[in-house]
Formats: sequence, C-alpha cells, structure tokens
Amino acid sequence: MAKATREAYGEALEKMGGLCSNIVVLDADLSKSTKTCVFAKSYPERFFNVGIAEQNLAGVAAGLAATGKIPFISTFAMFASGRAYEQIRNSICYPKLNVKIAATHAGLTVGEDGASHQSIEDISLMRSIPNMTVLVPADGNETCQAIQFAAEYDGPVYIRLGRMAVPDLFTEEYRFKHGKAVCLVEGTDATIAATGIMVHIAKEAAEKLQTEGFSIRVLNIHTIKPIDKDAIVKAAEQTGAIVTCEEHSIIGGLSSAVAEVLVENFPVPMERVGVRDTFGESGIPKELLKKYGLTADDVVLAVKKVIARKA
Amino acid sequence: MNIELINSLTEKTLNIRKNIIRMITQAQSGHPGGSLSAVEILTYLYFKEMNIDLSNSKNPKRDRFVLSKGHAAPVLYAALAERGFFSADELLTLRKINSRLQGHPDMKGIPGVDMSTGSLGQGLSAAAGMALAGKIDGGDYRVFALLGDGELEEGQIWEAAMFAAHYKLNNLTIFIDFNGLQIDGSISEVLSPLPIPEKWRAFGWNVLEIDGHDLKEIHCAVQSAKGVLDKPTAIIATTIKGKCIRKMENAAEWHGKAPSISECEEFLFELSRGGL
Repeated sequence: MAKATREAYGEALEKMGGLCSNIVVLDADLSKSTKTCVFAKSYPERFFNVGIAEQNLAGVAAGLAATGKIPFISTFAMFASGRAYEQIRNSICYPKLNVKIAATHAGLTVGEDGASHQSIEDISLMRSIPNMTVLVPADGNETCQAIQFAAEYDGPVYIRLGRMAVPDLFTEEYRFKHGKAVCLVEGTDATIAATGIMVHIAKEAAEKLQTEGFSIRVLNIHTIKPIDKDAIVKAAEQTGAIVTCEEHSIIGGLSSAVAEVLVENFPVPMERVGVRDTFGESGIPKELLKKYGLTADDVVLAVKKVIARKA
Repeated sequence: MNIELINSLTEKTLNIRKNIIRMITQAQSGHPGGSLSAVEILTYLYFKEMNIDLSNSKNPKRDRFVLSKGHAAPVLYAALAERGFFSADELLTLRKINSRLQGHPDMKGIPGVDMSTGSLGQGLSAAAGMALAGKIDGGDYRVFALLGDGELEEGQIWEAAMFAAHYKLNNLTIFIDFNGLQIDGSISEVLSPLPIPEKWRAFGWNVLEIDGHDLKEIHCAVQSAKGVLDKPTAIIATTIKGKCIRKMENAAEWHGKAPSISECEEFLFELSRGGL
C-alpha cells in the first residue's frame, strides 16, 4: 500500500484529538492540503483557521501552549520553516513551549508548484534551533507513530511531511522510538543513512546492490534531532563508509547531521545524495527526483563511489 | 477609584520609576525611555486590576500580561518586584551574566512573566493565543498586552489584529504606548503608523483613547473594555517617553541609553522632588 505522510498525519491527528482534549489544531488556509481538515471535521470547536498569516500562526500557538494546550500547527514546510522561522525560534523554542509544527509538502516532490514552494532548507533551519526536536517519518505507519510521540512529548517538535504517496515500509505493529535509528537492512560493505521519502529509495538501491554482490546496511533516520549517534558510529565502525540520502539540500540537513557525528567520533568516507545547492523547478515528482539526482540509481552510484574510497 | 487608592498607586509609580533608573544605571544598558512611559499602565494592571497569585505564579485561572514591547523589561521587572514576585535587590542584576533578569523577558527564568518577548511584533499573537485558550475552556481570565507605537510597523501585529477581531476575543485588552518616538526618531518620520485609532477600528477592534499617565483614565478604559462582548479592545494611551525625568522626556536618544552614575543621582533626586 502507498500513502502520503500528510494523509497519515491527517488521520493520526484526528485519532489523537479523540484521545486528548488538550490538542488544538491551527492551519493557515491550507487545511485541505495539509489534511488538518480531517481533525477540523471531527472537532470543529478545537480547530482554528488563522488565514494566510504564518507568523501569527506560530505566535498564537505559542500563546495557546503557554496556557497548557497542545497546539498542532500546519502549513507547507516552506512557509512554516521559512516565513515563521523567527516566530518559531523566539516565541516557541526559546521558552520551550509545547507546540507541534507539522509541515507538509516538504522537498522537491511538491512538484508542479515549483521552486517557490519546494522547501529544501527546512531541516537545516529547524535543527539549528535549541530545544527543537526534528522528525522526518518515512511512511504512513511511521507518521502515525511520530504524531503520537509528538502529542505526548513536552516541547517543540517539527515534523516534516510529504505530498506524494510513498510505499509502506512498516506495519501497524511498528513502534517508533524517538532518537533511535531503525536498521531496515543489515550489511557490512557500506551504510546508507536515509530519511523521509528517500528511505524506500535507499532500500531499493540496497537491493540492487545486493544483486551485484554488495552487502549494504540501510538506516532509517526518522529523528534528525536528537540524532542517533550510536547507530551512526556503529555503522561507521562496522561498514567503514556512509552515504546519506535526503530530499533536502546537502547543506545543513541529514548529511550535515551525520557528518557532524562522524567527524567528532569516527571519520569514514562519506557521500551525500541530496539537492546540490540549487533551487528546484516545476515538474512531476518522478521527473524532479531524476533530474536532481535522487533516484535509486543515484544512490547506487554514490555507494559504489564511497566503497571505492575505503582504504 | 478613590483618592487613597490613587495616592497609593502613585507611590508605587514613584518606586517603580526609581528602580527603573537604578537598574538600568547598574546594568549600564537597557531602555529607560519606553519603560518610563508605561509605568502608570503597569502599575494599574499589577496593583489594581489583574487577578494574580503570588503563591502560585502559574495559576491557570490568573489574568495574563504580555509585554509585546519586550525592551521595556525594566518596567515589568520593577513592577513584579514591587508586587512581591521577587526581591527588589535582584533588580540590580538586570542584564548581567547568570541573572534571571534577561535584557528582554524570559518566562522560563522569572516568576510572573507570562510570555517571553523581545523580538517586536510577536507578543500580540501570543496574547491572542492565550485569550483564545480562555474562550475554548470557558475560563474567565483576561489577557492584557502592551505594544509600542513603533512596534505597529511590524506586519505580524496586523495579522494578530485581524485574528483577534475575527475570533471575537473580547477577553483581550491591549495598550498601545503612544509616545511617538522610536530608536531612529519620531514615528511619523521613520515610518508613520498614523492614524493609529482609525487603523484598529478598521480592523474590527473597540478603540479607546486616553492619557496613559492618568490612572483614572486607565481605570475607566480597562473597566469599560469589560463591557464589550464581541470585540477585543485597544487602548491608545498617549504617553511621554522618559516621563518624569526632564532630560529624558520626549527625547529619542534615551530610547536605549543608560544614565551615568551622576545622572542616576540627578534623576533619582528629580523623581523624589517631583513625586510625593
């Protein structure tokens, strides 16, 4: 089955709304796209549209959290992390208020809307703020778990969600452990550390490489912050090379988070699959992933390159 | 308000003004002008109007105050100390390393501060969020906020203004400290937010215009706001930046400048003489 993480978010939020009356949801005129409309339908008295005003969206959420509410706020990742960056930093994270920012339509796979709507910097922006937790679920079931975690955790959380449907990697029995990477495939020649929609692409690449005789580990890094240092260091020690894989700029996102861990603990050759410091453009998601180097074939090439660099 | 109450509040304003001067002098940085312009407003709120709980500063039923113009932190700290949230001695740690009294208010640091502020334009949204929470829960607390007039140049203020009117947050009352000056000069020269009352009316607010140094006018405006059932209220309080210290009055250069030790003594003497 395939489902967009934003779809899973809408369903999970509605479910959490039934379990916790303190949850309130705010959207900035995109509730049909972000899927907060599902919650709005069931709990209209706890849903507030702030209109096209993302700075106020973040600020009102801060005030709600200061009184004990658990606000989930949603808009596109571009506007949440970009337009409201300073409100998230100063009004939410500095006082460590309990606001959940569920940002949808992240990355290039927004598609036809083009570069103005394709957020490829949000992980970088959000993970650099003190007190912030950053989650990037890889499929619908993991999204559901991440939303439950976010609702129960006390503090600001940024959850990065996508527009495009992604195949299921996990069953409903899967349990998300905050800050703990998930090893999807064991391997010894190299490790692919991937996040979000790139996890299933990384898995596909590992399968291709296996047919060529390589043994490749695949880590799903669903929590970018706090990053799972142990899993990354262990992967470096045991496989000797790492490829990161993200639908985000190669500057400041997962690749930087992994590189920071390696350089301080166990430096090994590393290659990065991601958007190479350029803006995106209009197109269907599949075409965009191909043009910007985010396919399984690109990952295969990066893995071969990194293995060749092993001493 | 009877004369005894007015006299007692006036005495508080004098102590608060003296402490503002003392703490900014000790810190050798801070914002005296816009702190002194708001003394009567904060004195009224903290000593007459607001339902607050000294023994439980986080009491969920309390009234809230958000200092959207966070650079006026000295007037908030001086009022909180005067009210008894912490010792007045601590005021002299303002802006110093390891102090709870940050240059701009930090709600995690000090009891009585309901919201962290400092970056202009953000406090009104938070105050609106608190007021909305009161509506959701059917709570009967009220939320107050103090905005600068220069702060009205921030776009987020008008997003929040639309929001509060749309959701009929009549439990939200804001003061606009209309002292007419910002760092670079007069508000009408830098980037005019005038006319202020017409703008708030057009955004759907109940608007009152008062002398922001007249305790009776502050009292009447705050009480009158309580009778409005379908709108938030904006009280445009005409004030004098640097109020009660002649050298500072209406002088933009005292927006963010600390007095020297000798100026401090001169100003404290002037306050004592001009006060009670």
